[in-house]
Amino acid sequence: METAILPIGQARAAAPILPARDKGGGKGGVMAGLMHRVAERGRARLRLTVDGVEIEALEGDTLLTALLTATARLRESEFGDGARAGFCLMGACQDCWVWTEAGERLRACSTPAVAGLRLVTGAAPWP
Amino acid sequence: MAVIVVGAGPAGTRAAARLVEAGLRPILLDEGSRQGGQIYRRQPENFTRPPAALYGSEAGKATALHRDFAALRPHIDYRPETLAWGARPGELLTLHGETATALRYDALILATGATDRVMPVPGWTLPGAYTLGAAQIALKAQACAIGRRPVFFGTGPLLYLVAWQYRKAGVEVAAVLDTSPFAARLRALPLLAARPGVLLAGLRYTAALLRAGVRVESGITPLAVEGEGGRVAAFRWRDRRGREQALATDAVGMGYGLRSETQLADLLKCRFAFDPVARQWLPELDAEGRSSVPGVYLAGDGALVRGADAAELAGRLAACALLRDAGHPVDPLETAHLRAGLRGMARFRRGLETAFPWPGAQAAALPDATIICRCEAVTAGDIRHAAAALDAPEVNRAKQLMRPGMGRCQGRVCGLAAAEVLAAARGVPVRAAGRLRGAAPVKPLPVATRMPEETP
Amino acid sequence: MTPEANRADVLIIGGGLMGAATAFFLRRHGLSAILIERDLVGQAATNASFGNIRRQGRFLPQLPLANRSRALWGQLGALLGEDAEFLASGHIRVAFEEAEAAKLEAYAAQARPYGLELEMIRGPAMRERFPFLSPAALMVSHSPQDGHANPRLAAPAFARAARRAGARVVERAPVLGITRDGVDFVVETRGAGSFRAPVVQVSAGAWGRAFARELGEDVPLTARSPQMGVTEPMPYRIPPVMGLASSRPGEGVYLRQVKRGNIVFGGGRRCPADLEGQRALLDPANTLRQLPFLAQLLPPMARLRVIRTWSGVEGYIGDDLPVMGASARLPGLFYAFGFCGHGFQLGPGVGASMADLIATGDAGVPLEPFSIARFAGGFPAAMAEGAHLE
Repeated sequence: METAILPIGQARAAAPILPARDKGGGKGGVMAGLMHRVAERGRARLRLTVDGVEIEALEGDTLLTALLTATARLRESEFGDGARAGFCLMGACQDCWVWTEAGERLRACSTPAVAGLRLVTGAAPWP
Repeated sequence: MAVIVVGAGPAGTRAAARLVEAGLRPILLDEGSRQGGQIYRRQPENFTRPPAALYGSEAGKATALHRDFAALRPHIDYRPETLAWGARPGELLTLHGETATALRYDALILATGATDRVMPVPGWTLPGAYTLGAAQIALKAQACAIGRRPVFFGTGPLLYLVAWQYRKAGVEVAAVLDTSPFAARLRALPLLAARPGVLLAGLRYTAALLRAGVRVESGITPLAVEGEGGRVAAFRWRDRRGREQALATDAVGMGYGLRSETQLADLLKCRFAFDPVARQWLPELDAEGRSSVPGVYLAGDGALVRGADAAELAGRLAACALLRDAGHPVDPLETAHLRAGLRGMARFRRGLETAFPWPGAQAAALPDATIICRCEAVTAGDIRHAAAALDAPEVNRAKQLMRPGMGRCQGRVCGLAAAEVLAAARGVPVRAAGRLRGAAPVKPLPVATRMPEETP
Repeated sequence: MTPEANRADVLIIGGGLMGAATAFFLRRHGLSAILIERDLVGQAATNASFGNIRRQGRFLPQLPLANRSRALWGQLGALLGEDAEFLASGHIRVAFEEAEAAKLEAYAAQARPYGLELEMIRGPAMRERFPFLSPAALMVSHSPQDGHANPRLAAPAFARAARRAGARVVERAPVLGITRDGVDFVVETRGAGSFRAPVVQVSAGAWGRAFARELGEDVPLTARSPQMGVTEPMPYRIPPVMGLASSRPGEGVYLRQVKRGNIVFGGGRRCPADLEGQRALLDPANTLRQLPFLAQLLPPMARLRVIRTWSGVEGYIGDDLPVMGASARLPGLFYAFGFCGHGFQLGPGVGASMADLIATGDAGVPLEPFSIARFAGGFPAAMAEGAHLE
């Protein structure tokens, strides 16, 4: 289980604002991203919220990029086999669907990141 | 005459262009927000890298396709971000946002492209494990690497191309591990010589990787992607001498060539045949792209994986076939020229399948606990149980009983591997294991979808 | 010459749930049985079934059979060694209008003498019990002992259990014809040779009419394809099967959440089916027509996605009742087909009752309303064209 993911409701002020360019170290770091930017770093910044924690992304990012440069998961498999973080990045495998807090469903690899989106990667908002 | 082209990659773009030349105004449907398909996929508008940085040696072809599309744009009914998800006789059902539309057609060209062909391995669902195509898209369309020190494994030209592109982007590549033995490449040389330029480019990537000190091995057997803290931490494999090897890594890119996206052809009831070279069931086509269903044509990697250059030719050829069938004059020389061009591509394709064969036999050795169907978390053991105790002779039956291929992706990721696991468990050739039948929707359809009652 | 292995006490034509269950229960009577299936067991109507284990709303004289079947569903684990995911999680019909609520209340009163207790629940009690219901819901008719099961598993499970008990199950053997030879019936197949027995049961679903006709008894059967679908999985929160109580065509949708989380749905319009091509037709536009009613029935469903749709070939009889029981013409000939899209719940009961009837002459529950004799005097042509289904 990811211990780095903070639950919804975590005080926003207490949550660190993560840099778009993470600081090396690879795995092990708190919320170290899976993905790493190698170019195009000069784009405008935008902020969105993942599991109650604010993250910074860049304009032109897909949701998948925005999330995975900051964290290491997009969703939890429904069948108990752990976290998932997408697979094909071309809208084919359907393994990167995320929820908004309001209960909207978005396919992370093919949805552009928009400022102010509030996403959840854990339990689905469901009755 | 109402003509729909599905897919705005190289095949669909060239098909639409040829139809416009004949005075038609086709509808061009594309799931992407920008034309180009996967191979010539464009970066977002606010990115600044030049084409050469994105497409390397193929930059000329990419920009030509993009430029030609811009010129074509006013002459077609272009509908981006539109999924063709279902079919009824003479109508295609599309989805844009949460609005469905029924589009009538007299003829249809499917240029639906391909996705990575994947053989599962224990741990392949861990965060940090991606297809080779995904690794490439991350770099090309998002300027991201899937990890700091990725391992790339599998087989096929994309394995070396992606590794080389990562290296060029300044990413340290931990290893490039090919399941195909080097000897297979030597055997395939006479066939690969059909396209010397492409062959040479492939050799250049490998040479560049070796020069950069990247560990490159062939004849390997993947054993497991290992995780720690819920993400990829290492890759284990058996080298060609049978010794177990392992490398710490934060990401893997995997893939074994490509597989065609054939769901729409299936929904349109096109006849399929087993292609022994690709070890896949593919729509039956004549030399010009006619399917078994009148008015339905296929082109590009969605029909038969032959690469982008062949897709451009096949797209144009399918449009010629459609036009001739509809009574438009088509110069026989044009058709002959396109067909001749494709013959060389076909030879090259056989060469690639010889050099980089799909390792179907690996399926038999996968541990029972290996997840095969990512969507439904169905394991190799589950499929073997369906095959043996539950007596499922083919994949659709196994799906009914144990759910492989029953999830969100409808088996496009696991279908081929599930058939291999089933065939191995029953001791029959993979052809006898059949293919998962397609079903609408081709991709998930929102329950909130509404179809405005009569579409003009 | 029919080889010895191809002779039995009873031949069953058609390996859907009805045929497979009959084979299983015949073995419990000690009769030898051969089940002959054109394709694989449980592929046509059974596989297309929604999986409803529903008694409420049935034709009242069918309730004794349905009650018997319900009891067997509860014993499936003991009988077959697997339960086909049967869940007695209840079934609710949801009324949004007083007129529909009144019909549900009237039915409940009529069903009580048959031993089917239905609870009419309204207002806060309804919302507390079924918090996922639409605020617009007026009343539910709750059948607490009904529920659902997995239709893909049920028929194969019966067939495997029948095989373990000594029945022969012959798959991929299309029947070419049935003839009478002295006291025996002779069944010719493509691929598996000929079979012979003094007793034959036709349980060939939508293809049942062709066999009955060949044996001199026509029935007004028409083939249709139901339109089924399923959403992506969600946490398991909706135990009862839900049906929308509406008499307007196309609105009668229903749904169930399986324990794994997916929501299976069906109802509304049906499509014609192609008997010769053995293909069910699914019209994706029908799926779109179902969606608003599903969202009415279960509002949170509107945020989910449909991941798959399917269909199968079902046989519908002109009076909406199955053909079940002995032939009115030939001794030794029995029928159990044409279950009009509501046969899944009945399956185990049909198998047990037909086996009883064949073995002892007494089905144990009244089957008279379903006798093929009701069509012996002929029927209007429109009745065989599915006019009542439109």
